[in-house]
Amino acid sequence: MTYLDHAATTPMLPVAAAAITEQLGRVGNPSSLHASGRAARRVVEEARERIAATYGAAPAEVVLTAGGTESDNLAIKGLYWARRAADPRRRRVLASAVEHHAVLDSVQWLADRQGAAVDWLPVDSAGVLHPETLAAALDDDVALVTVMWANNEVGTIQPIAELAAIARANGIPMHSDAVQAAGVLPLDFTRSGLDAVTITGHKLGGPVGVGALLLRRDATLEPVLHGGGQERDVRSGTLDVAGTAGFAAAVVESAAHREDQAKRLAALRDELVAGIRAAVPDVVVNAESVDRLPGIAHVTFPGCEGDAVLMLLDAAGVQCSTGSACTAGVARASHVLLAMGAAEAHARASLRFSLGHTSTAADVAAAVAAIGPAVERARQAGAQLAGTGR
Amino acid sequence: MRVIAAMSGGVDSAVAAARAVEAGHDVTGIHLALSQAPSSVRTGARGCCTLEDARDARRAADVLGIPFYVWDLAERFRADVVEDFLAEYAGGRTPNPCLRCNEKIKFSAVLDRALALGFDAVVTGHHARLSDGVLRRSVDAGKDQSYVLAVCTPRQLAHAMFPLGRSTKAEVRAEAARRGLAVAEKPDSHDICFIADGDTRGFLADRLGERPGDIVEDGAVIGQHAGAFGYTVGQRRGLALQQPAADGRPRYVLSIEPVSNTVTVGSAEQLSVDQITGVRPVWTVGASPGTSFDCLVQLRAHGRVSRATATVDSAGISVILHEPQRGVAAGQAIVLYDGDTVLGSATIERAA
Repeated sequence: MTYLDHAATTPMLPVAAAAITEQLGRVGNPSSLHASGRAARRVVEEARERIAATYGAAPAEVVLTAGGTESDNLAIKGLYWARRAADPRRRRVLASAVEHHAVLDSVQWLADRQGAAVDWLPVDSAGVLHPETLAAALDDDVALVTVMWANNEVGTIQPIAELAAIARANGIPMHSDAVQAAGVLPLDFTRSGLDAVTITGHKLGGPVGVGALLLRRDATLEPVLHGGGQERDVRSGTLDVAGTAGFAAAVVESAAHREDQAKRLAALRDELVAGIRAAVPDVVVNAESVDRLPGIAHVTFPGCEGDAVLMLLDAAGVQCSTGSACTAGVARASHVLLAMGAAEAHARASLRFSLGHTSTAADVAAAVAAIGPAVERARQAGAQLAGTGR
Repeated sequence: MRVIAAMSGGVDSAVAAARAVEAGHDVTGIHLALSQAPSSVRTGARGCCTLEDARDARRAADVLGIPFYVWDLAERFRADVVEDFLAEYAGGRTPNPCLRCNEKIKFSAVLDRALALGFDAVVTGHHARLSDGVLRRSVDAGKDQSYVLAVCTPRQLAHAMFPLGRSTKAEVRAEAARRGLAVAEKPDSHDICFIADGDTRGFLADRLGERPGDIVEDGAVIGQHAGAFGYTVGQRRGLALQQPAADGRPRYVLSIEPVSNTVTVGSAEQLSVDQITGVRPVWTVGASPGTSFDCLVQLRAHGRVSRATATVDSAGISVILHEPQRGVAAGQAIVLYDGDTVLGSATIERAA
């Protein structure tokens, strides 16, 4: 089995599994005042300190959550509500057009239900949001800016430091979803100039269901989840001791090997792209011209339906992704590619291969061997559909 | 063989897929997404188009240990089935969308894609028998679906598998339970899958707009309607006529005339017809059995079967019923049988 969908989720690192296992037998709510509670609290706080140290944040700036979706919701809704409460004119939200659905749908909900006005900031054909685009959109009525650090589909890395500097110079809080960037790219929260950054465990070798919002100590936001106020009074819920320990272990481990791993993945990815080009000469490699995540190859096979290629590759033991799928499991034309100016048919003909820490040259060879026949087959089916009026 | 099992999320298609697996085929489960905005959960008697149904199909595939994917055919379904449904009603005819779906979606779009992707056949949970290209009624007369399959050409049938035709519905349910398929007790679906609340007239009025016109009996206007498309030949209820018939007996819709937007009503006797003309014939068995032959005909899903004499010419099929039938609507299919074997079908154009 060749697993090339690490951007969806990547296998847990052994150190993370060990850290979780070590804590699973423990009793103790970190909020309890007795000895067991204090012992549990110590595990959580040590984990928090390790995460903070790794990402250049203060421990108080690590708000633990149940993952990337929650962190995105908290940052966007929380910042919007707080900024609007402070000044009712602040109703505009600036977001890039290529955000993950956790951001996209949170922002859209603010527009639909909370009176927000949204500017979807356009990107270029490689998916890059240019700093001047952000600068031109800023005004006194902006509540917040949110731009992802690196794109989860095509892998494009945004000029996040420049974008953050513009927002900061205008006194507007900025959030970035760094779910795909963390563990792969250098991430220093304090130096980033950002107010809030989303990270999650399972994309970097930790467990699913644990993540964090890195949140500047001077940032104010309204909570989304109300209750015990365990996390700085902006996030409630009993802290997950084992999960947090596993998350921290994965954060530290992935950071320790980050540079070597990035080089290794980029080399494997380039080999994969070269192999696909040899098998399918008219393949289009998306966002190839710009700085992008080392483990992602996003390709378009003109004349194919992406989900047909996915199915044929799956049958051949090679697992990849078409990008977004709706809740029913239907492959949809990616909003990211559409925002990059691709035609609907081009968007639907696309696949993402994403490599991670367990990927090997043998995985690349297996994918390269399977891709030619799969694309050829899918093209016949694509022509068939075109012929019947699709 | 490598086969696609079309899995709606219902008990029939789940058991059909299970039998295909057991017969040694390499089976891949496919759920067809036919709605552009599917509801999250099932309500009422529909059984194929919600996310809950998609999940039921996926769970059945898990239990069978087969790969499972969702194919998005919503746009094709809209264009070929829903739009056709509206156009047919607007034209004063009464379409059968299930039949159109078999013709245009399951055994056309899905089959063509499956064949192009290297599969050999499409398996469905239809209750009908099929062997050596011969389509026959199910052994379960109450569940028989040969009527809605009679639009299939020999080529389509050559790549179809209906593993349930020799079983009753009760047997299928018992088998599903035995196999641990959670859909064993799922209620049968009926009604039109794309009309959420079962209100066909409301759906049509919403899409086609209100078009008030006359209700006529014996040339005299006796009432008004909001749109002729809301009526079906043979319909008795919902006419909302203020003045009773002279003889006090119930009145029925006799005909719908789209150009003048007139609905004509009359007595039950006037509904009786014995001459039917059908167009666009499809010969399931490959060719017409002759230019003139005796056969059995069925004029709507689960409708009465009549003995008849069929004559085939270049325009289509003319059929003389040996005993008259009431409420024969243009747009429905006339399906010709020899005993329980399907010979072919045509679309009813006229009845008199």
